[in-house]
Amino acid sequence: MNRQDDRPVDPATGGGAHPTRRDAKDAARQDEIRLETAAETAGGEVPPPAVPATTAGLGVGPGAEAPLMQRIMTGNALVAFLSVVLSLILGGLLIAVTDQEVASASSYFFSRPQDTIAAAWTAASSAYIALFQGSVFNFEGDTFTRMIYPLTQTLTVATPLICAGLGVALAFRAGLFNIGAQGQILIGATFAGWVGFTLHLPVGIHLLLVILAGMVGGALWGGLVGLLKARTGAHEVILTIMFNYIATNLVLYFLSTPAFQRPGSTNPISPQLDATAVYPPLLGASFRLHWGFVVAVLATVFVWWLLNRSTVGFELRAVGANPSAARTAGVNVSKGYILAMAIAGALAGLAGVAQVSGTEKVLTSGVAASFGFDAITVALLGRSSPWGTFAAGILFGAFRAGGVAMQASTGTSIDIVLVVQSLIVLFIAAPPLVRALFRLPAPGATRAGKGGSSTSTTPTPASTGAAA
Amino acid sequence: MKNSLRTFSRGTGLSAAVLGVSALVLSGCGAPPAEDAPAAGGSSAAAGTDYLGCIVSDSGGFDDRSFNQSSYEGLKKAETDLGIQTNQAESQAETDFGPNVDQMVQGGCNLIVTVGFLLADTTKEAAEANTETNFAIVDDNSIDLPNVKPIIYDTAQAAFLAGYAAAATSETGKVATYGGINIPTVTIFMDGFAEGVNYFNEETGGEVELLGWDKESQNGTFVGNFEDQAAGKTNTQNFINEGADIIMPVAGPVGSGTLDAVIEANAGGKDVKAIWVDSDGYETAGKGEEFILTSVMKLMGDAVEDVISTDVDGEFDNTPYVGTLENGGVALAPFHDQEANVPDDLQATLDGLTEQIVAGEIAVDSAASPQ
Repeated sequence: MNRQDDRPVDPATGGGAHPTRRDAKDAARQDEIRLETAAETAGGEVPPPAVPATTAGLGVGPGAEAPLMQRIMTGNALVAFLSVVLSLILGGLLIAVTDQEVASASSYFFSRPQDTIAAAWTAASSAYIALFQGSVFNFEGDTFTRMIYPLTQTLTVATPLICAGLGVALAFRAGLFNIGAQGQILIGATFAGWVGFTLHLPVGIHLLLVILAGMVGGALWGGLVGLLKARTGAHEVILTIMFNYIATNLVLYFLSTPAFQRPGSTNPISPQLDATAVYPPLLGASFRLHWGFVVAVLATVFVWWLLNRSTVGFELRAVGANPSAARTAGVNVSKGYILAMAIAGALAGLAGVAQVSGTEKVLTSGVAASFGFDAITVALLGRSSPWGTFAAGILFGAFRAGGVAMQASTGTSIDIVLVVQSLIVLFIAAPPLVRALFRLPAPGATRAGKGGSSTSTTPTPASTGAAA
Repeated sequence: MKNSLRTFSRGTGLSAAVLGVSALVLSGCGAPPAEDAPAAGGSSAAAGTDYLGCIVSDSGGFDDRSFNQSSYEGLKKAETDLGIQTNQAESQAETDFGPNVDQMVQGGCNLIVTVGFLLADTTKEAAEANTETNFAIVDDNSIDLPNVKPIIYDTAQAAFLAGYAAAATSETGKVATYGGINIPTVTIFMDGFAEGVNYFNEETGGEVELLGWDKESQNGTFVGNFEDQAAGKTNTQNFINEGADIIMPVAGPVGSGTLDAVIEANAGGKDVKAIWVDSDGYETAGKGEEFILTSVMKLMGDAVEDVISTDVDGEFDNTPYVGTLENGGVALAPFHDQEANVPDDLQATLDGLTEQIVAGEIAVDSAASPQ
């Protein structure tokens, strides 16, 4: 779906010269997306579309014409919000349609339609109330602890999602589609876990070493992808997918060796981590929330600083926006790829630490759950900005935590949560659909409203700061 | 484009409405129940007692055609037979174990069945913190607490019979087995199978060869997961090409791939059979049942129901339940359609072997056997 058709002629640049240029661009886009935008940027007319989330968010001119991938990664905040709302509505419909009571009531729909409607409403609303009760505040809890337990549970689940999501988002900003968070989490967890149950060290040092090991493991696994891409030009999507397989099977192999098994058992499950190697609980022993959440907050601050306030971050974004232009400007693109993937891997490794030393306290092949893939969604929903990713991580944490309660108290399948999550991505990937459904003005019209600020913006920290 | 999209959405809305209405017209003409009719269905329908029995699956889910499903069916059977209430929590990933068990404890369950050794740590922790709640854990024997009952199986005994039956039935003199992942609950089947083949060779002087598993080195053919049916099919085709004519997959849903390969091989004129595991594949596999020689059954449902019923009677104890041929916890399924293809005296021989195993005259040993 090419959006340029529904965009009114840009008053700032005039329509006359464009048609042929656009045709040429369409052709060029087939082959080399970034080179094409490079030419455009070099012309000095407009900011490069990919750099900050806000350029697309504010509906900046041809920025809105960015290639599909970049549009997905840097969608409009309103569209992101409406996608969530829309997905919840559709999820509610699905809950109602699959509900047994509704099915039995609909068999006599014409005799008593209100039964069907009432049953549908009950099914959907009770499921969502349970979702809320399981993720934010349980107003049926008998003690204060039980009442706020769901919120802490949400933050607990959000911790690995935020860390891994930051890794994916950072790579996005450097122009790399990092599908490899899953493998990076697993390797990070393996390193961290091994240090946790094999070495026996004093309090403090042990945990510090576990965290460090997890980050090193993830950074190695991610950095290797960056190295291969920089040296050989292999595509990072293929590399990271393959590295995920390798990581999964590597962990399975490790778990089949005595060094990773419990004494006297051949089950593929590691010994428990030492008490000195696990994150202490953040709010006392009655909650599962651990200090890993604080680490996740610090990681978010770090990524925000790195991207928006540091030279390295500026270079990474420049590489992401346009590798050729960055190279011309004297940025070492190869170094950028390796560094971006290594940092992304280290962040995913932190997610592995949050799992192995926060909640699970053992290493198994399933320790990463599907967090590595959920992290991609989280980064997309967070529009690749650090605080956006943080918020999206908490939202998804709430879905997961609430899904458990929803399933237990209303019998609604936990898979519905997965459906809602997937729908969110689907809608974010198709902003025109969301705009059409909500009768929103197209980005062109928005731009007219926003006036000159958009055409004059440069993709500097100021605009990304707004996104964060 | 914007306009066309709007038209599109209106158009779709309209046609969706038409579709919906016609669906209702077709299906919504039934008579309503009387106003005071009791609500249909629901897990609280059988309200004979306020005993609440619960189950938490591992990440395979309750539809895994394996131990989660059988245990769940056991709980459901207890619901019907004993009139208890039930609740269940399905885990999508290992990270769900803790929250799910916690939800069940908070939900006031009297007994919580946790399925699989991966839940052992979670179960232990929850059992220590909630001494009022009873637990039963399937396929794990590592917890020693007054309120935890391990449910384990000496599957090697039944697999031994399957190995003997396969060796006696094989025309090519080669039988095969492969597993999902190299873990004790899988290899115990393969060990027993290997023992059965060996025993046949010793007793009858046969030279039946087993492919896919070496009991000495505890190494063999594994798919690496419990999902990849295509890999199951490829493995099976390889075994068939190497001359095996009876294949036993020990890989849950992956076994479906073996049935595909067996069906194809038979369509191509070869005489190849499969041995199913966990449940009687003739009834549960859903395809190729005519090529299933027999099944190595782990009757988990019965054990789960049994544990619940003793707990309802207030007689819960923490002695491990070990499913054996003797107590019927493991068994070999009937031959069904294959009756005509097995040697005439095989059933009698197997009955004899069963007696000898129960009496302890034949020791079926596996590294994975319950100690």
